Amino acid sequence: MKTENSEIATYNFAYLDEQTKRMIRRAILKAIAIPGYQVPFASREMPMPYGWGTGGVQVTASIIGRTDCLKVIDQGADDTTNAISIRKFFEKTTGIATTTHTCEATVIQTRHRIPEVPLKAGQTLVYQVPIPEPMRFLEPRETETRKMHALEEYGLMHVKLYEDIARNGRIATTYAYPVKVEGRYVMDPSPTPKFDNPKMNDCEALQLFGAGREKRIYALPPHTKVVSLDFEDHPFEVNKFEKPCALCAAEQVYLDEVILDDQGSRMFVCSDTDHCEERRAAGHRGELAGHALEAAQ
Amino acid sequence: MYVAVKGGERAIENAHLLLADRRRGDRAVPEVSLDQISNQLALAVDRVMAEGSLYDRDLAALAIKQARGDLIEAIFLLRAYRTTLPRFGSCEPIDTSEMKIERRISATYKDLPGGQILGPTFDYTHRLLDPELAGSENSNTRENPKERAPNGAKAQRVSEILAREGLIETDGEASSEAPLDITQKPMEFPLERESRLQALARGDEGFLLSLGYSTQRGYARNHPFVGEIRIGEVPVSIQAPEIGSPVVIGRVHVTECQMVNQFKGSATAPPQFTRGYGLVLGQSERKAMAVALCDRALRAGELGEDRTAPAQNEEFVISHCDNVQATGFVEHLKLPHYVDFQSDLELVRKMRADQGSQKDASITSEAAE
Repeated sequence: MKTENSEIATYNFAYLDEQTKRMIRRAILKAIAIPGYQVPFASREMPMPYGWGTGGVQVTASIIGRTDCLKVIDQGADDTTNAISIRKFFEKTTGIATTTHTCEATVIQTRHRIPEVPLKAGQTLVYQVPIPEPMRFLEPRETETRKMHALEEYGLMHVKLYEDIARNGRIATTYAYPVKVEGRYVMDPSPTPKFDNPKMNDCEALQLFGAGREKRIYALPPHTKVVSLDFEDHPFEVNKFEKPCALCAAEQVYLDEVILDDQGSRMFVCSDTDHCEERRAAGHRGELAGHALEAAQ
Repeated sequence: MYVAVKGGERAIENAHLLLADRRRGDRAVPEVSLDQISNQLALAVDRVMAEGSLYDRDLAALAIKQARGDLIEAIFLLRAYRTTLPRFGSCEPIDTSEMKIERRISATYKDLPGGQILGPTFDYTHRLLDPELAGSENSNTRENPKERAPNGAKAQRVSEILAREGLIETDGEASSEAPLDITQKPMEFPLERESRLQALARGDEGFLLSLGYSTQRGYARNHPFVGEIRIGEVPVSIQAPEIGSPVVIGRVHVTECQMVNQFKGSATAPPQFTRGYGLVLGQSERKAMAVALCDRALRAGELGEDRTAPAQNEEFVISHCDNVQATGFVEHLKLPHYVDFQSDLELVRKMRADQGSQKDASITSEAAE
């Protein structure tokens, strides 16, 4: 199976050889069968650096087919440099269609965000994961953390969250906020802001997590129960923004702070660029959208 | 008015064009050829082949040229190519006693069968910059080296000399199964020694050098002696089922270091010397020695020694010795992280506000008293 593009004719469709894809698919199937469990896999060296999405790229390369439509986001945006680079990599090695529209995509590779629009059955969200082990910063030894998962010994994590509350009056974890999957495995949601954690729960889409450097794959099959760790008297809560998006007036979305001048004035805009653009196309206007505010706003 | 940033794609293209331009440098200066790199920067090529785990001088030279001399970048280029190559099978274990020796020294014996052969070494050079090399050197005027004709005596490995008296641990049996390939199977800790040695052989020279050095300075000190270092070509052979015996398919240049370390014995083992072992593709004595020091330190568990130092910690050493992984993850900090930073920003603001209102409250209550 060669790509049509003669310039790169020496590489297989989606770069990886079929044997490697098969190996990765086996790891994915195992991960789907045991939601939240980190499956070791023989991660390959990829033509982009470790830490730049090699795990996600390997997962995407193993599942993508000629009829798929791919969207790649980084920080929620399609036009961040590394998202462009990964999208171009797949355009070059597969020749398949790509899109920036969340609803059109069958496979979405992401770093640090989950799209605002709820994902649908048939879609797959592929996360790039730097450190798959949620307890790595509490216990650096892999031999120990694997044992802790096997024995379902998650006390350490609760102690950490408790100490946060004792010191700061609140849980001071704002991203990569640990979750419990189907009441069994504690899982790192990748460094998405905790704002996105609730979207993982009971999601219609398949969620796959690839950590290339750390050689682990894990998964959340559709409609998996995903609960953010918390305490009865300190329930999990997501960050709330005081103002809506300055461009599309969206509320209850994740916003980026943009510095406007050297006087420290700033505005807040949607981190999900596609969501923001579609809302503006639909006529929603924020206060800095550069158009007269509509009466409806 | 704020406009969402676009045009990243064009910026990336232009950055890469600029990179290509800078790589070529001043067009008035002749372009460096792969042959020049391969011949005159041979040790750089050796390092890239060793840590890239691909024995191909031309490809390594190309990678060095493309990487503008950044060796870790060159190693990365070679690895990313290597990963796409099909595996035909495993060769037979190479036999370093069959080596066509270019250099062979032992620090534990004054003389030994096969002799001490200095070979092409920086040792005992005075590190004085050579002005003659700065000009367009006429290499023909340089004196040709005189090499002693080989006397035909087989250069026995020092470990074999010691093993005759039972003074040193033996090689052990090679496993009959094909060796585990750490680039094809996920590593799981604790590792077998063969996997560990594979990881060390492709590990970063600088990292392993410093770790080896730390063992000499008391962090897991184990009294090493250089039993032997040998550099040269060894034949590589495969089992060809049609022929029924191993067939030599080529030769590779390797550096082997056997460190001899004291061991006071245990309940089951008599006092004898133990070994740290390093084998590296190409000529890289420093790396082979560092690997041997680290290998010995990492055997602490197997030999019943206390694990107290970083060099003895297998997960620490093996998880961090790969420079392609390390450089990728360190440099990924350059990627945008503004979404997570925003979360932290909000939290810090909130915590500062909390602290401020607590202070205000205490001031008011003090005033009221």
